[in-house]
Amino acid sequence: MIEAGRANVNYWRDAWHYRDLFWFLTLRDIKIRYKQTYLGVAWAIVQPVVTTGIFTFVFGKLAGMQSGGVPYPLLVLSGLLPWQLFSAALMGSSSSLISNAHLISKVYFPRLIIPISALGVALIDFFVVLVLYVAVSIWFGRYPSWHWTLLPVFIFATMFLAFGMGLWFTALTVKYRDFKYIVPFIAQVGIFLSPIGYSTGVVPRWSGLLDLNPVTGIIDSFRWCLLTDGHPFYLHGMICSTVISVALTFSGLWYFRKMERTFADII
Amino acid sequence: MPNDSVISVESLSKRYRLGHQRQANSLGDRITSGLKGAARWFIPGSEPKEVFEEFWALKDVSFEVRRGQTLGVVGRNGAGKSTLLKILSRITEPTTGRIRMTGRVASLLEVGTGFHPELTGRENIFLNGAILGMKRTEILRKFDEIVAFSEVERFLDTPVKHYSSGMYVRLAFSVAAHLEPEILIVDEVLSVGDTQFQKKCLNKVSEVTRSGDRTVLFVSHNSAALQSICDTGLWLDRGKVAGVGTIGECLASYLRTGSQKAEFSAPSANKPHITSVSVDERALADGRIQVDVGFKSPIPLSPPIVGITISSSMGQPLSGSNGRMAGNAWKPEPSAGGVVTATIDDVPLHSDSYRLSVYLGDANMDYDQKLDVVVFDFVSPRFYPQMPPIGVIGPVDLKWRWSIRAE
Repeated sequence: MIEAGRANVNYWRDAWHYRDLFWFLTLRDIKIRYKQTYLGVAWAIVQPVVTTGIFTFVFGKLAGMQSGGVPYPLLVLSGLLPWQLFSAALMGSSSSLISNAHLISKVYFPRLIIPISALGVALIDFFVVLVLYVAVSIWFGRYPSWHWTLLPVFIFATMFLAFGMGLWFTALTVKYRDFKYIVPFIAQVGIFLSPIGYSTGVVPRWSGLLDLNPVTGIIDSFRWCLLTDGHPFYLHGMICSTVISVALTFSGLWYFRKMERTFADII
Repeated sequence: MPNDSVISVESLSKRYRLGHQRQANSLGDRITSGLKGAARWFIPGSEPKEVFEEFWALKDVSFEVRRGQTLGVVGRNGAGKSTLLKILSRITEPTTGRIRMTGRVASLLEVGTGFHPELTGRENIFLNGAILGMKRTEILRKFDEIVAFSEVERFLDTPVKHYSSGMYVRLAFSVAAHLEPEILIVDEVLSVGDTQFQKKCLNKVSEVTRSGDRTVLFVSHNSAALQSICDTGLWLDRGKVAGVGTIGECLASYLRTGSQKAEFSAPSANKPHITSVSVDERALADGRIQVDVGFKSPIPLSPPIVGITISSSMGQPLSGSNGRMAGNAWKPEPSAGGVVTATIDDVPLHSDSYRLSVYLGDANMDYDQKLDVVVFDFVSPRFYPQMPPIGVIGPVDLKWRWSIRAE
């Protein structure tokens, strides 16, 4: 039954029927990620290593910021790790509808599958860098503790936030291509607005303001997890982040579903 | 069952707003129009003057298809065929009207949707199958059959970017051919690939339709294919139903109308394309056929190759040629746009309606094709007293020599 202006009542059942497609799209993105590159997955390492070096120099040496007893490179890397997961997942899901435009105009399936499957690629790079982190951490004489068992929870929280924002951006980009430029800009500015090169402990006066950035809570939680000691758990940051994530995801789902029926016409 | 209609379409319409799409696609425009809207509240008398270029791709279309029927949709380019199929496939929404469909629907609007050039044939079978709505287990079960049908076993683990276009099409169609829907919607997809494989595909589709409970909607410009596969016809003209009946009736009335000129807008992808096809009327009056084909390309085609096929009014190809066949007689400079003219001076045809299909390519491959785009009436300068109808003697006017020997 198809009727003008009538929502598809079987949407979620359809989405479940197409669950294998979700997996194959993720697999496709992962497989082509490093095709025809000489260094392959090593590229996932290059960027965080260089950024860590620069941030350690600028924030640690030049600005002389406090790290609370943690080796500065480790502080930076533990912040960079969730940030890169977040920004890669956000950028992937935000551009996902546009980069799959040929599918949208030729076949039907619940479009929600596209931004969800775009999240998967970000995880691959994340785990590569995580291995690097463990190596660096052990080199500094810090071994994983029980805090690490909570890591999956925070990984999920990061993806959830990226998904909520990505839903909005990808649906908006279909209609307004301006967002194609806005998202990379957010990623670029966000790396300084989030506590990556510094610890939240050095900005107590503005920490309330910093919490409005939902990535702050996530980065703090990752540091609590990975640095094991010397980093307290900022509960209010994580609560802020969760509330924002949930709000973004539900409103994003609403907007996405509302716009979905027009995607094929305007993409 | 007393009422076994599987598809029933009631006063379906689809409107596209051409102006709207161009105007509001950037935020700036949206903000400006928002400000204008706000201004209207304060300045009485400034009426909203939205200039939309409205275009009804479909207008008040109603029809029914019963279980096991094979419906051929005919109509000129831009008549709304593709829009109808897109709505039935749930890719886009109708503006008004409704459709009732019972059964699993699979639509094939393009061969190889979602194929990724970097992935291997094997990986693409799974990806494409999933895109078409198959489950992983279903693909696994039919995998060997799909591979056998495609005849590309040896290259299964090669990225498809290294495939020839023929292999690519064969693999893509094989996946689609193994869908098992109750309603199958097929757009002009059989016009690709080599003739032998086309036949195999046609057979596969007829096999599907003969199995009885499968309903098929089929759009094609290939009249021969339509006639061999379909039983019923739906003729669309400028978004409206112009005729319903047996496929033979529909084709006949559709082919009787025709224009001698066709123009095309640029495709969304930036690739070489045909911009116009026209049959010169003055040449026709002189008993010659002169076809002008306009083309445009993002890169110079070296050399531009235009192919033209003349078909009978019933869709039977009669004669075709292209620049490659012309050999040394066709050696122009590389060109990124222009008009190629082909002339036949001595036309061995009887007076009848004929149709043209046009292709565009370069020395190595074809980029664009427009099938049965132009219909023209040829009036033969030769007059034959007591000529039997074309249906009996055929449209080709060969020079016959007669003699008799006494025995």
